[in-house]
Amino acid sequence: MTGIIDYGCGNIFSLISSLNAIGERARVVTRAGDVSACDRIILPGVGAFKNAADKLENSGMADAIKMFAKKGLPLLGICLGMQLLFEKSFEYGERSGLNLLEGQVKPLSEDTCLKIPHMGWNSLQFIRKDKLFRYVGEGEYVYFVHSFHAKNCKSVIATCEYGTTVCSAVGRDNVYGTQFHPEKSGDVGLRLLKGFTEL
Amino acid sequence: MLAKRIVPCLDVKDGRVVKGKNFTCINDVDDPVALAAKYSDGGADELVFYDITASNEGRMLFTDILERVAKKVFIPLTVGGGINTLEDFERVLNCGADKVSVNTGALRRPEIIGEAAKVYGNQCVVLSMDVKRVGGRFTVFAHGGRTDTGRDAVEWAKFAQGCGAGEIVVNSIDTDGVKRGFDIEMLKAIADAVKIPVVASGGAGCIEDFIKLFNSVEVDAALGASVFHFGEIDIKELKRQLKNNKTEIRL
Repeated sequence: MTGIIDYGCGNIFSLISSLNAIGERARVVTRAGDVSACDRIILPGVGAFKNAADKLENSGMADAIKMFAKKGLPLLGICLGMQLLFEKSFEYGERSGLNLLEGQVKPLSEDTCLKIPHMGWNSLQFIRKDKLFRYVGEGEYVYFVHSFHAKNCKSVIATCEYGTTVCSAVGRDNVYGTQFHPEKSGDVGLRLLKGFTEL
Repeated sequence: MLAKRIVPCLDVKDGRVVKGKNFTCINDVDDPVALAAKYSDGGADELVFYDITASNEGRMLFTDILERVAKKVFIPLTVGGGINTLEDFERVLNCGADKVSVNTGALRRPEIIGEAAKVYGNQCVVLSMDVKRVGGRFTVFAHGGRTDTGRDAVEWAKFAQGCGAGEIVVNSIDTDGVKRGFDIEMLKAIADAVKIPVVASGGAGCIEDFIKLFNSVEVDAALGASVFHFGEIDIKELKRQLKNNKTEIRL
């Protein structure tokens, strides 16, 4: 059973539907106390980093997620949820993240002259093999919507090109993140989620 | 590299997909849920749903359909039609929409663009504009293309971008449903004036129209309705031919 952290930042409707479509039971987790009952968790997120980080901290969810990750259970951050896994973000002022992965979040506009947000389908280039992507191949397209991106990460799995190299998926041990939205990436996204539920 | 998007548009009235010509003469087409699933499997990059019903019953039917589509289709969904308030945004986002497009609602009260961008982010707010040539100018029309607002289309696009719109859909009333190609001149005037993504709409009749569009204007996506609904253009074949013509595309 996959727990989806619902902390008021982003739409989880499609994520629940996607998990159901691959035959996985999804549970919406709104209380920090319920995190430990899940086999694996997904941290979604849309919007501003600081607001999301504040909400996670104030609800006790941040500590519960860190504890969950330390137990070695699978965690997947999506979009802003991935960015929250890093040390800190520089989105409108500095704010610390969950500090589960090395790296910082910076404005995409510092590195690309292309349109912001980076919105649409882009193709993945793999830096290394990882079991999360066992059903996804080189060059497959996934859907992105973001204005900030992770830099100085040591745990990059895949990147894409958007006037600069964009960190698109990260993973270390049981902690994973995708900058793209698997729940909006059609069949490729469903295959990624399947890989996650088999970890 | 970011791929150009091919976006089928489904106008929904009383629970059915319909398509008109020059914004009138509405014909019944298909069941929206079946059609959405067919497009998603067939390679569509995104779907747009316009609610063209005016009644409350129609609106309830629409959100019910949207929810059924969002449960089956895992590509981005944009929803428009009758969006005037933040509550309208909330209503469709809760049913699985990813982006919400405002048209007449924003002409009536432009503040809605900034208010929605602040709550849901710029990427969620799409300005849809119906544009027609009037006395040599590109002019914005309201109420599904029926009312001339007298507003200059290029200025309106720039204004919306400044307020926080994340994308602009340009529907050319002059070419809508005519199937003789996109309105390159109009699209160029607007796309050159803004930095946010522009979606071309109105006039697609054959595959060559899409090839010409992406070769002549810096637009990010192309929208089509009847050409896809009536099977005149197969999306997979369209995308193969675009790829052969060096357009970045997701196959």
